[in-house]
Amino acid sequence: MSDEHTLNPEIMPEEPEKATLEGRNKFLGFWFFLGGETVLFASLFGTYLALKGSNNGGPTADELFGLELVFIMTMLLLTSSLTSVYAIYHMKNNDFKKMQLWLGITVILGLAFLGCELYEFTEYILHEDFTFRSSAFGSAFYTLVGFHGGHVLFGLLWIVTLMARNAKRGLNLYNAPKFYVASLYWHFIDVVWVFIFTVVYLMGVI
Amino acid sequence: MSSTIAQKRGFASTLWDYLTTVDHKKIGIMYLIAGGFFFLVGGLEAMAIRWQLVRPENDFVSAGFYNELLTMHGTTMIFLAAMPLIFALMNAVVPLQIGARDVAFPFLNSLGFWLFLFGGVLLNCSWFLGGAPDAGWTAYAPLSTTSPGHGVDFYVLGLQISGAGTLIGGINFLVTIVNMRAPGMTYMRMPLFTWTAFVTSALILFAFPALTVGLFLLMFDRMFGSGFFDAGMGGNSVIWEHLFWIFGHPEVYILILPAFGVFSDVFSTFSKKRLFGYTAMVFATVLIGFLGFMVWAHHMFTVGLGPAANSIFAVATMAIAVPTGIKIFNWLFTLWGGNIKINSAMLWALGFIPSFTIGGMTGVMLAAAAADYQFHDTYFVVAHFHYVIVGGVVFGIFSGLHYWWPKMFGKILNEGLGKFTFWTFFIGFHLTFFIQHFLGLMGMPRRYWIYLENQGLDTGNAVSTAGAFLMAIGTIVFLYNVIITSVKGEKVSGDPWDGRTLEWSIPSPPPHYNFRQTPLVRGLDPLWIEKSEGRKGMTPAEPLGDIHMPNSSILPFVMSLGLFIASFGFIYQTSDKSWLSLVFIGMGILLGCMFIRSVKDDHGYHIHKEDLDKEAGL
Repeated sequence: MSDEHTLNPEIMPEEPEKATLEGRNKFLGFWFFLGGETVLFASLFGTYLALKGSNNGGPTADELFGLELVFIMTMLLLTSSLTSVYAIYHMKNNDFKKMQLWLGITVILGLAFLGCELYEFTEYILHEDFTFRSSAFGSAFYTLVGFHGGHVLFGLLWIVTLMARNAKRGLNLYNAPKFYVASLYWHFIDVVWVFIFTVVYLMGVI
Repeated sequence: MSSTIAQKRGFASTLWDYLTTVDHKKIGIMYLIAGGFFFLVGGLEAMAIRWQLVRPENDFVSAGFYNELLTMHGTTMIFLAAMPLIFALMNAVVPLQIGARDVAFPFLNSLGFWLFLFGGVLLNCSWFLGGAPDAGWTAYAPLSTTSPGHGVDFYVLGLQISGAGTLIGGINFLVTIVNMRAPGMTYMRMPLFTWTAFVTSALILFAFPALTVGLFLLMFDRMFGSGFFDAGMGGNSVIWEHLFWIFGHPEVYILILPAFGVFSDVFSTFSKKRLFGYTAMVFATVLIGFLGFMVWAHHMFTVGLGPAANSIFAVATMAIAVPTGIKIFNWLFTLWGGNIKINSAMLWALGFIPSFTIGGMTGVMLAAAAADYQFHDTYFVVAHFHYVIVGGVVFGIFSGLHYWWPKMFGKILNEGLGKFTFWTFFIGFHLTFFIQHFLGLMGMPRRYWIYLENQGLDTGNAVSTAGAFLMAIGTIVFLYNVIITSVKGEKVSGDPWDGRTLEWSIPSPPPHYNFRQTPLVRGLDPLWIEKSEGRKGMTPAEPLGDIHMPNSSILPFVMSLGLFIASFGFIYQTSDKSWLSLVFIGMGILLGCMFIRSVKDDHGYHIHKEDLDKEAGL
């Protein structure tokens, strides 16, 4: 296998995610994909903004939303973005163990975020009578925030799969781009959350 | 291993080869076959529509069935015929035109095809499972949210799946064109077809997610009780119109731009001239792509968005006539003084110019918001969009097929039959649709299944139906042409047209690795430059070496099958929750395949240069 040699060089290049053609393709293709995702979320935000006042006699945004839990969630997700940056920093230094460690912390923070989101949703559904089916506002809220939550879940599964798959063999030029685009995805999720925090929660309360 | 290709193979192994292939040329052929099939299905639906309208108060089909026919005709032709046929040409040609051995994501390319195919099959399953969607190809809410039965459910999921495939295909071509160009192939040396494929892919990337969201909302409303478009829950049905047209208007440019690219290459080749105003053509392509996103609300002038919004969108729409006009004049100037050879490919291109110009002119008429209140939802609109889509896209596909058929299959389509197809189709097309402008101006609304006699509509409709039959004859002759060419056609060289661009520098059909050695590009029309300097082919940019190739995979097929199965679960769980098991099975198959793809390394394989020599008989 001539690949073995080229994929496992003695010294990692400066940007291992872009050292091979496959890596460069993945890198660029994933940026394009995130461009499409941006339009997807923009459409969901637009829909939410159009329907946020349509509470159909149910609870309104400022009655429902509190900023305490959302603040914690924001901190969790922002921190997880930072820890994923550390992971990629260690990837570039070819320090696989530290990369795995920081990715692991990222996953834990992401799980905590998802836990908070589930808690929030169950509170609304059980105690506030605010559901997906109660009003157009409810439909738009759960769709927008739920799409984001679904992205978080998918990102977690992705990162965990990557960590488990490569746990024994360490870094090489074949899997470095995979780790890199997974971290890009994670940053994107974080950016979307910043907008959700602003548009849904802050603008809902103020 | 690669030298055994020439041996005869059994049917099963050929089938397996196509199910698992990641070769862009084979994927192109599959797009061609599937798109061609759906083109015939959509054409059959069109014939049924025209036969129903041949005389006043006809009873060929029922009103409900007519709604299904018109919905499926539009949906099929746009999503399942025009899009895949464009993708067929892009797959067959773009990597060759930029001197690439492959596309950036061969696996995803295959996945894109299978998603499209399963989406299309799913949509058409509705015919046999209680009735097709009947809310128009635009599926306006609340008509679509309240349409009884499962027809619209099939529309939602079929388009969702095939749309995902298209999005994947778009990203693949974007990255291929950015990253995989041969040495010297700068952006401003790319053939126009590659440029238009590039801009089209960008439009796909930014337009399709809006449709994805729209379809999700429609799905949630119909299947899970949400209230996006339900006024009773505070919903707003205009949101669907916005999302649909934010996708839908760029979609028409997604379709027409590659056709523009085909014509640019065809005019240049058969006029023996470099394309006139190449830079302006590139600029116009990019500008059309950009403006294409700014005009969606011209489909909604009568919704009541207000005079300010209507005016802005009217002006933006009219502005698109400028870059399009630039293109029309540049094509004419390319012809001017050229050494023109008129064959089938060229006939379609020449027929396109007046046809599309008429369509563009009525487009500017429709862009005038005040006048649009008269035109809206009449046959004037039907005539307009058939002039641009048939007169532009379908002509472009026919032209491109005649032009690149020898590259794809190694044989030239029969010229006599090709010309016969052109003339019957061209005359039939104008006979069908020109008179519809006047039917519309006289007040005939679109999508009505009957009209009354003696309202001035009888003759026009009869003429229109007669024209449709001529188009059908042309299409059947084209099919006959394809068959007769595959059976009896003679093999041609790699460069039968005395071509100008890189795809003509390699054998027809190309070897699976495309280029033995990556070519060195020294300017626009690179092959022509080499020929005019007395060389026979391209100068290689690298010594002969091992060629890296991707592995075949069945996973794209299985993943698409998983989504196909899950869709039935989604559709029927509204009546019986036990159908949800299909959702879990289907999504499980999909996620399982994604997992396998993620954990199993796929490094591809190498063709060794000694084998390359053996294959070439050196």
